[in-house]
Amino acid sequence: MKNKNTTLFEKQLLNEALRQSFIKLDPRMMFRNPVMFAVEIGTAIMLIVCLWILSGENNQGSFGYNFVVFIVLLLTLLFANFAEAIAEARGKAQAESLRKTREETPAKKIFSVGEMYVNEIKVVPSSSLIKGDIFICEEGDIIPTDGEIIEGLATIDESAITGESAPVIREAGGDKSSVTGGTKVLSDKIKVQVTTEPGESFLDKMIALVEGASRQKTPNEIALTILLAGFTLVFIIVCVTLKPFADYANTPITIAAFISLFVCLIPTTIGGLLSAIGIAGMDRALRANVITKSGKAVETAGDIDVLLLDKTGTITIGNRKATHFYPATDVNEKAFIKSAALASMADETPEGKSIIELSHLKISDFIIATPTFIKFTAETRSSGIDFENTRIRKGATDAIRKLTERAGNIFPVEVEQKVNIISSNGGTPLVVCENEKVIGVIELQDIIKPGIQERFQRLRKMGIKTVMVTGDNPLTAKFIAEAAGVDDFIAEARPEDKMNYIKKEQSEGRLVAMMGDGTNDAPALAQADVGVAMNSGTQAAKEAGNMVDLDNDPTKLIEIVEIGKQLLMTRGTLTTFSIANDVAKYFAIIPALFIASIPALRPLNIMNLHSPESAILAAIIFNAIIIPLLIPLALKGVAYKPIGASALLRRNLLIYGLGGIIIPFAGIKIIDLFVSVFI
Amino acid sequence: MNTEIPGIILMFVAALALAIPLGKYIAKVYTQDKTWLDGIFGPVEKLFYRISGIDPTTEMNWKQHLVVMLTLNMVWFLLGMFVLMNQHWLPLNPDGNPGQSAHLAFNTSISFVVNCNLQHYSGESGVSYLSQLFLMFLQFVSAGIGMAAAAVLFTALKERTTDKLGNFYNFFLKSCTRILLPISLVVAVILVFNGTPMTLHGKDTIISLQGDTVQVSTGPAAAFVAIKHVGTNGGGFFGANAAHPFENPNYLTNITEMIAQLIIPFAIIFALGFFLKRRKFAWITFGVMTIGFLALVIPNIFMEANGNPAIAAMGIDMSSGAMEGKEVRFGAITSAFWSIVTTVISTGSVNSFHDSFMPLSGMNQLLAMMINCFYGGCGVGILNYFIFVILAVFISGLMVGRTPEFMGKKIEAREMKIAMIIALLHPFLILVGTALSTALPAYTSATLNNPGFHGFSEMLYEFTSSAANNGSGFEGLADNTPWWNISTGFVLILSRFLPIIGPIAIAGLLANKKYIPEGGGTLKTDTSTFGLMVLAVILLVAALAFFPALTLGPIAEYFSML
Repeated sequence: MKNKNTTLFEKQLLNEALRQSFIKLDPRMMFRNPVMFAVEIGTAIMLIVCLWILSGENNQGSFGYNFVVFIVLLLTLLFANFAEAIAEARGKAQAESLRKTREETPAKKIFSVGEMYVNEIKVVPSSSLIKGDIFICEEGDIIPTDGEIIEGLATIDESAITGESAPVIREAGGDKSSVTGGTKVLSDKIKVQVTTEPGESFLDKMIALVEGASRQKTPNEIALTILLAGFTLVFIIVCVTLKPFADYANTPITIAAFISLFVCLIPTTIGGLLSAIGIAGMDRALRANVITKSGKAVETAGDIDVLLLDKTGTITIGNRKATHFYPATDVNEKAFIKSAALASMADETPEGKSIIELSHLKISDFIIATPTFIKFTAETRSSGIDFENTRIRKGATDAIRKLTERAGNIFPVEVEQKVNIISSNGGTPLVVCENEKVIGVIELQDIIKPGIQERFQRLRKMGIKTVMVTGDNPLTAKFIAEAAGVDDFIAEARPEDKMNYIKKEQSEGRLVAMMGDGTNDAPALAQADVGVAMNSGTQAAKEAGNMVDLDNDPTKLIEIVEIGKQLLMTRGTLTTFSIANDVAKYFAIIPALFIASIPALRPLNIMNLHSPESAILAAIIFNAIIIPLLIPLALKGVAYKPIGASALLRRNLLIYGLGGIIIPFAGIKIIDLFVSVFI
Repeated sequence: MNTEIPGIILMFVAALALAIPLGKYIAKVYTQDKTWLDGIFGPVEKLFYRISGIDPTTEMNWKQHLVVMLTLNMVWFLLGMFVLMNQHWLPLNPDGNPGQSAHLAFNTSISFVVNCNLQHYSGESGVSYLSQLFLMFLQFVSAGIGMAAAAVLFTALKERTTDKLGNFYNFFLKSCTRILLPISLVVAVILVFNGTPMTLHGKDTIISLQGDTVQVSTGPAAAFVAIKHVGTNGGGFFGANAAHPFENPNYLTNITEMIAQLIIPFAIIFALGFFLKRRKFAWITFGVMTIGFLALVIPNIFMEANGNPAIAAMGIDMSSGAMEGKEVRFGAITSAFWSIVTTVISTGSVNSFHDSFMPLSGMNQLLAMMINCFYGGCGVGILNYFIFVILAVFISGLMVGRTPEFMGKKIEAREMKIAMIIALLHPFLILVGTALSTALPAYTSATLNNPGFHGFSEMLYEFTSSAANNGSGFEGLADNTPWWNISTGFVLILSRFLPIIGPIAIAGLLANKKYIPEGGGTLKTDTSTFGLMVLAVILLVAALAFFPALTLGPIAEYFSML
């Protein structure tokens, strides 16, 4: 999936898009796009003129010429429709291929009998599952639909969705309880509750969005449509008033010439490509394996000022590892190591496991009567074990300090110093206490991902502030933040800290993006302007965010921002190009309109076009074919380069502004040479 | 010839040199800092405020500003109608001039209220001294309204979120008393000492060298001519405007009047920079406008200095340039310079006949008014420019991949809608007005001085001048007819008030939005790249809207002449 390169124009897509181009000629659909609607009216008028000539009118030029004008205008419409249709078809194909994997897979549904769920399992098709149903999946099964594990743990191959071949572990409870339809269970057995109604999964929503049924114009698209409608109005005024002007100058102008002038001048290029650009933005997000819930989210991503990134997995590789044990003075080293290992017995986190590993002790050797395992919570920020009269806790320095000081014990000075040394070296100190007395420190170390500095450098050039979020203490956080090159960090972060940070930045007018997976990330994901939930995350997180990343790749935010910027830039540059084109079109058509009556205006024909008819045809043909020629650019997007806003503006002005003035001069001249052969 | 070029450079540089400190002073006036004139005007203002019950410290939102602005204008318009139609029996009419017809009074009153001064009468015979004095009052207050509107814009663009945008009465009165009045006083004194009359006596009688007895109109001209330039009004005391020897007796008064009309449009740009502490933005703005100005004025100087090839072909010497319709005491180059200055800023006073300029010079005068924001009129020039800034910000924001923002405020659909309507209005009024005039030859053909392309230019010029609130004429047109008086009258109203309402509304909406501090990805608006973008938008909109019309007017005339 990930590396599958759909070529721009696959045959099947082309056929579908061609069919749609005709369906979209329906004026009710056209009305949504004022520029192309104006062209449609012009086309209709030309059709009437053609019929009029057939019925005997002879002041409007030959039938052949008028008919060609009609055909070219019709083609202009079809090309614009085709652009939209091909973008839709591509998005749909992309999403369908994701969806197909989960359709009609057999599901082992559990039927409840009375109040109890007994294992009465029947195999039903996945499409019959509704929200709330429970099914089980065993080794080798394809998971039939999206859901949340309510019992068990399994290794799952998600390569069908993410393209990542390494299996992942998903288990009930916690933040990794979500499973996606179409993925395969490799081992163990899980009980899963369905979380979406059929046809309402994120993919379904996205397909609806792409198809246009629920596609709404984004605020920026609306503003741009106003601009384009404004230009269309200017040219209506210009063309309508030209009639009395021409009459005053005794210059008859044919209807075909009027309509051609009008269609050429209004911004048909951007008007025809506008919706394709928007859809292509969502397509590109999907190609990056990100499902967007609205077009607006992609657009907003381009505007992001602040990026909140989790340290673990984004900035550092996976998890921290225990590297050293430092017992407090007058504590036996072996006893300390044993206590540390005991405290980590039930700790399933990679950090916990690495402590056991470093201790070189075997858990199975421990014989403990009636142990109570204390789980880590975000509030206590410590975990451990209680047995007999012993209470062992390990946790963040301040959490343990609170614990010991509350019991009336002092936090040893040398442990304090050790903690500071570890922290300032980028390590994470984990303080261990037994019966509320500090017995030593475990050092955990982080490894920063290679290449992450360059990515942050790029973000800084784009004007985006990066913020690292970590549960580490400030000293450790600072060390890693500096090493990785992030601009700011939130240390010892609790879920509400993230939320507060986002609110603070937003109150200062900045747009914030963040990525999250856990249920306690949900409020922050909802608060953030762009919230990207990991597909492996909880249902709550996925509901709260406005994008879902199928790859669970925390660095994906950076790509999303670039996709958003590309979307806006493609709109801006094609608008500029479209309007700049008018200069050349004027020089083609205006002399053509007046030369016959006012021969003195001949020097205005600077392109030296063959005849008034060929000039007008060349201009409208250029106007029509520029649309399909620009479809690839509209779909791929204009390349974003983080070189600073002013430099970017200069560059795009040069390419699309100046280029937009020069290219049509050449294009119209070439087409005129071609057309003049036939006239 | 040799001294003409240094002469115009001197005028431009002197105006700029005076405008920078004046801009600083204007910013000070609008930030409510104390100025040295407070001692003189403060007590008088206080008295007025107490009598009228207005509290000048109450802050208004943008809608309240507009209500006050429109109400004041309505009152002045009605008063103007009354005075002009009844001037024959009202006092101060020593020459016994008759009252104006209703349609002429309508046109005259509106055109002075809106700072345009499109005059379809001659000052000598069309108005009494009382009317002249009332029109002079309108010249003050209409300029004051424009400046007050600019002050509202400045206040709205500050880095904060608010709907409190100062007090309109306060901005308006301060503009008149602290800025316009003192400058006009200086200009008037210079004029008086150079021979411009300042009297309430009626016509003078002189005996010419040939022994004929000649009646010469005089009147309170010096004061009138001063504010006509300082307030970029442009309405002449006499019919021949600044070409008249009493209005503009010599080269020194020509310099004075030139500087007088340039100084406030220049200064208001720098005032924006000082007021918002964005001096670089002000300089970029000034740069963009100056490039546009030079692009219009330099070709004109060349064309006028080279003279008319058709006349040269008849063997007539053209070494002093195309002198038809120009004053010998000013010369072809100075007149060409003046003709563009008076059209880019919406003064509309003329020291030569624009009708007689070379076809493409006439086109540049038209273009100057069609663009209408290179410097522009007193206060309103910067409002027009602001509309183009909004459009440029929108397009260039998209081009750098960011939803557009200006001065820390996001530009969204609503602002775009208003900006687009205002940008559309100008070509709409000009083209539709001209189109109606060409389509209704029954009303217009008899009023044209020339047939063909030049006649078309005359009509196009009349509506362009009205829509730009400029007031100059392509003087060939016999324009005191109900058709011209009424049609241009409505164009004047729309083209004055909508382009004030629009920018103020946008500014008010922006002021209400959350302020976003500039970040690394923000497109800076005080760079030459952005300036270029604004210039491109301005030129493109003008070119696209007016190219066909100009082709049938001056361009066709030019190519026919070759």
